Amino acid sequence: MDNEEIKAIRVDDLTVAYRDKPVLWDIDLNVPPGVLMAIVGPNGAGKTTLIKSILGLVKPAAGQVLIYGKPYQQQRSLVGYVPQRESVDWDFPTSVLDVVMMGRYGIIGWIRRPGREDRELAMQALEKVRMQDFANRQISQLSGGQQQRVFLARALVQDAKVYLMDEPFQGVDATTEKAIVELLQQLRSDGRTVAVVHHDLQTVIEYFDWVTLLNVRSIASGPVAEVFTDENLHLTYAGRVAFSRESKEQKNSLSDGDKQ
Amino acid sequence: MNAEIEIQLIASVVAAACALPGVFLVLRRMALMSDAISHAILVGIVLAFFVTKNIASPFLIIAAAFTGVITVVLVELLNRTRLVKEDAAIGLVFPVLFSIGVILIARYAGNVHLDTDAVLLGELAFAPFNRIVISGYDLGPQALYVMSAVLLVNILFIALFYKELKLATFDSGLAAALGFSPVFIHYTLMSLVSITTVGAFEAVGSILVVALMIAPPATAYLLTDSLMWMLGLSVSIGVISGISGYWLARFMDASIAGCMATMTGIFFILGLLFAPERGMVALARRHARNRWEFALWTLAVHLFNHENLPESATENRVDHLHEHVGWDREYAQKVLTHAKQRDIVEQENGRLYLTRTGRQMAKRALVK
Repeated sequence: MDNEEIKAIRVDDLTVAYRDKPVLWDIDLNVPPGVLMAIVGPNGAGKTTLIKSILGLVKPAAGQVLIYGKPYQQQRSLVGYVPQRESVDWDFPTSVLDVVMMGRYGIIGWIRRPGREDRELAMQALEKVRMQDFANRQISQLSGGQQQRVFLARALVQDAKVYLMDEPFQGVDATTEKAIVELLQQLRSDGRTVAVVHHDLQTVIEYFDWVTLLNVRSIASGPVAEVFTDENLHLTYAGRVAFSRESKEQKNSLSDGDKQ
Repeated sequence: MNAEIEIQLIASVVAAACALPGVFLVLRRMALMSDAISHAILVGIVLAFFVTKNIASPFLIIAAAFTGVITVVLVELLNRTRLVKEDAAIGLVFPVLFSIGVILIARYAGNVHLDTDAVLLGELAFAPFNRIVISGYDLGPQALYVMSAVLLVNILFIALFYKELKLATFDSGLAAALGFSPVFIHYTLMSLVSITTVGAFEAVGSILVVALMIAPPATAYLLTDSLMWMLGLSVSIGVISGISGYWLARFMDASIAGCMATMTGIFFILGLLFAPERGMVALARRHARNRWEFALWTLAVHLFNHENLPESATENRVDHLHEHVGWDREYAQKVLTHAKQRDIVEQENGRLYLTRTGRQMAKRALVK
């Protein structure tokens, strides 16, 4: 395997357990550089946990994660992170520009203060998500979609090679979703790797070129054209999926199903 | 320096020192933790006192700070079992530690200067009696030195780690991902809270420390949108509470610490009522304005919907508002007067017509 192309994200035999209950069970993942990947699976499939364990935020019970061939701790500067919007307190007394600048903190390092360059980069990132007019706004005044775009701008200033995003489309209207997708596709064409926890099965084919189907175990991972099949979807959602690739029949993206 | 000024100075320094870590406790929703720490450190103080036999030993501060951190650890361990929620864990841990302290004092230290009342309430009025005298020179009250040192440590820590504190408080996930250990920041902050509490307890007692840590930041939170301002305002409100509390105590001949805490409460209530953006008065006013505005929109839309239709002759009449829109006559009349002032409707023989402005308003309302 030495002559194989180096993977942007490589996960080997990753198992994460809360107490004795496995949340992720023996996950193997090989994500090449320059893909835009959706991570899909039912609630409780471990999608957020997968992202968090790639970032070293969750301690695995077994297995390892490599970013461009090295453990995350050595590659922090290569990785950008967009957490779930609800994971922070939007009433925190700070401005939009301040939040975006937080993305630069890793580069700035301990104790040193952000300077003019950081401010300018943050402004540029805000322009990319069309939020420059909100720079001095207090963050509690933002709508859900605006919050999401601020988080995205914060990830952009990280200038990472690998991006991990936890539901960046959550609570976002259709226009904003399109704008975000364009931005993600732009990142991909710059050769960056973007992994996105995604809920809407109907847009997977349209938005992404790579997909990981997850339900505690990794069901399948690879190019959308190859692995996003009805069979794999059935395996992932244990037959409770109301989306079919072949028939394009669309009820809900996810049926809540009868729990047995 | 006379005692009067000294006491006010100590009060100010205590209040400022408490307000700084308090800001982060409030923002991290850990206000209760200060309560826990302030009680639990009693054990540390008592145990350290048994070892050193000296109430003024700096070892007491270290021991107490250590107990404070242990309290936090115990709460977190209990919480992590997932058998107990965090608030319950806090409520379980600190009374145990505190009561051990109380028992130890009552049983073994009853006849020394360490009595429960002093620990609970402190006595600022006596602070000037405990002075630092080096080879005959009176350098001033010891409490002033201790608290100035604590204040300095707090200022230094927040100044150095401002960015890290902000990030770890706002988004601990990103902080961890970027390599700024939120655990380190958390425990350093908890150590500071502990040290501050120990330093302040002699002056204001372990319970009122909580008021000085939580109330000024909670008030400042209502007044500003910026963390920097929140820190500054918290310190200011704390200091003003300290000084005005002193004069209140003088006036009422009551406990200085009690009056200081009372003042923090009064300032909080003032903030709660009159904060420019978030105060209850401002909210009520905005609410009333919105309701009024909404009534005008409703009127415009109602008239617009029936405009140029056969029924408009009956629908768009003054007396009809009462029946169809459901307003009582008096209110309908008020809305109407207001609408005429704003040039939204015109009235002719009891019939209502939208003006151009009114029609535009209705159209805008309908596309919303």
